[in-house]
Amino acid sequence: MGAPTVKIAVCIKRTPDSESRFRIAPSGAAIDEAGLKFDIDDFAGYAVEVALQLNEKSGGGETVVVAVGPDLVQESLRKAMSMGADRAVQLKTDAAAPADGLAVAKALAAELKDGSYDLVLFGKHAFDTSAGVVGTATAELLGLPAVTAVSKLDIANGRGTATRDLEGAAEKVEFALPAVVTIDEGIARPRYPSLKGIMAAKKKPLETKPAQLGPVRVTVQKAELPPERPAGRIIGEGAAAVPELVRLLQTEAKVL
Amino acid sequence: MANVLVFAETRGTALRKVALEAVAAARALADASGGGEVHALIAGAPGAAAGAEQLGAHGADVVYVVENPALATFERESIAATVADRAKQGSYRAVVLGFSSQGRDLGPRLAAKLDAPIAADVTEIAVNGDTVVVKHPGYANKVILTLALSGSPVVLSVRPGAFTAKDAPRSARVERIEPAADPAAARVVVKEVVEGGKGRPDLGEAPIIVAGGRGLKVAENFKLVEALADAFGNAAVGATRAVTDEGWRPHSDQIGQTGRQVSPQLYVAVGISGAIQHLAGMRTSKTIVAINKDKDAPIFKVADYGIVGDVLEIVPALTAAVADARKHH
Repeated sequence: MGAPTVKIAVCIKRTPDSESRFRIAPSGAAIDEAGLKFDIDDFAGYAVEVALQLNEKSGGGETVVVAVGPDLVQESLRKAMSMGADRAVQLKTDAAAPADGLAVAKALAAELKDGSYDLVLFGKHAFDTSAGVVGTATAELLGLPAVTAVSKLDIANGRGTATRDLEGAAEKVEFALPAVVTIDEGIARPRYPSLKGIMAAKKKPLETKPAQLGPVRVTVQKAELPPERPAGRIIGEGAAAVPELVRLLQTEAKVL
Repeated sequence: MANVLVFAETRGTALRKVALEAVAAARALADASGGGEVHALIAGAPGAAAGAEQLGAHGADVVYVVENPALATFERESIAATVADRAKQGSYRAVVLGFSSQGRDLGPRLAAKLDAPIAADVTEIAVNGDTVVVKHPGYANKVILTLALSGSPVVLSVRPGAFTAKDAPRSARVERIEPAADPAAARVVVKEVVEGGKGRPDLGEAPIIVAGGRGLKVAENFKLVEALADAFGNAAVGATRAVTDEGWRPHSDQIGQTGRQVSPQLYVAVGISGAIQHLAGMRTSKTIVAINKDKDAPIFKVADYGIVGDVLEIVPALTAAVADARKHH
């Protein structure tokens, strides 16, 4: 044992494969999910990996994965457990988690507040909503310090240190635990579940409770595909095309 | 009539471009809500108050200024508490800020503190009765979502570059206020800020971006990209995920679905094939130039101007031509 063990919650989301070609559902207010492959969101996957590595380093501890959503999210929770998380909690909703990040944060805060977690991890945002609201809002609701979009994280002796991008600069911060941290890309490559891990995950506890969502005040009215750019144009080959490019940048695009 | 509060972001004492864009968005929102005032709040190191004049020139009626030596760094907890405190004292229709590194962090804090609905990374704002309706690119820019927010105030973070700062001169009233929470007593302590970028503009602010991909073949050829950026004078340098994964450039330079999403006036893609992951980060650029040896590369499908050929030959020629054009212009 040695170092004190930590209890970590990782809040994950199930999102469609980001390389997919999307279509709009007949409702006009959602994507058509038919044929799409879903998995743990990329950033949430990094967060799971970070939690597992921190607990491996401290030689114990507990990693609990939490997701808000209908029963389909159980698949993602099982996958996180097959990677090594110890148990899972589904905060059940009838439909997919709403676009109202604060409403989702309220459900998570209600679940996490009495959990005595040292650390609560999130991805910096989820691919679908691309908003990055839930993690930081949950921290505020829990009254915990929050450090967002970190590309490096370490914890020791009840304190955390993290590095985050600040647009042309990087800041290094220190904070006391318990805390909420949201995870950027580049921090850790998520492991693939082993066969042993997959077998073990089947026996790990997955608890289901109703999600205590706050009032939903943000709704999707419409979903549409972005306008296509006009078809590309090749103006020439090799360095001989450079004068024409410069002329177009000056006269047509007017950027030079 | 409804007033709108803007968090006017600074770095140290300097106002950031996105602050003026947030004021423009707030001005439009106030006008659409029956013509209220725009109030801006600056929180920075002593000297930051100088930004008040610029905010007034772009449409702010009142500027609240918090100056404190501890605000030389991004004191997220103190700033969030101060903006929320100010928001509670006025009956604001909305709190608007930039979807920048700071704004991404602060927006959800404000939403929770104010129990306000929030929309992030907003590109358009409209008012429909009691509802604020915004456009927000979701699914990493692949699906445009129209979101309806009910309740007041709402918190909106605006995508850098989506709103244009406008001259709307007025002499803003300046009012000094105290931070609502001592920035020196924060639970998240900034230990160090490492400046990068060698004096170049940030990817989110630069009107021109020159980005390099694996077509440059080796790390050292990235200096061709740097040189072209230097020739433009006001360009930022970006990279593909392949390049940052290789370690040729820091992760923070990555443009793409999982990196930065940018919309400059001009995007020059050097040796970039145009994987979906990369296109998701730059396809909203106004003008796209692509230089690549493979004429079937997907980047040419989105490029306004493509040149097929060897980047090692074409880029130096373009660098010289751009430098020459700027000298004579």
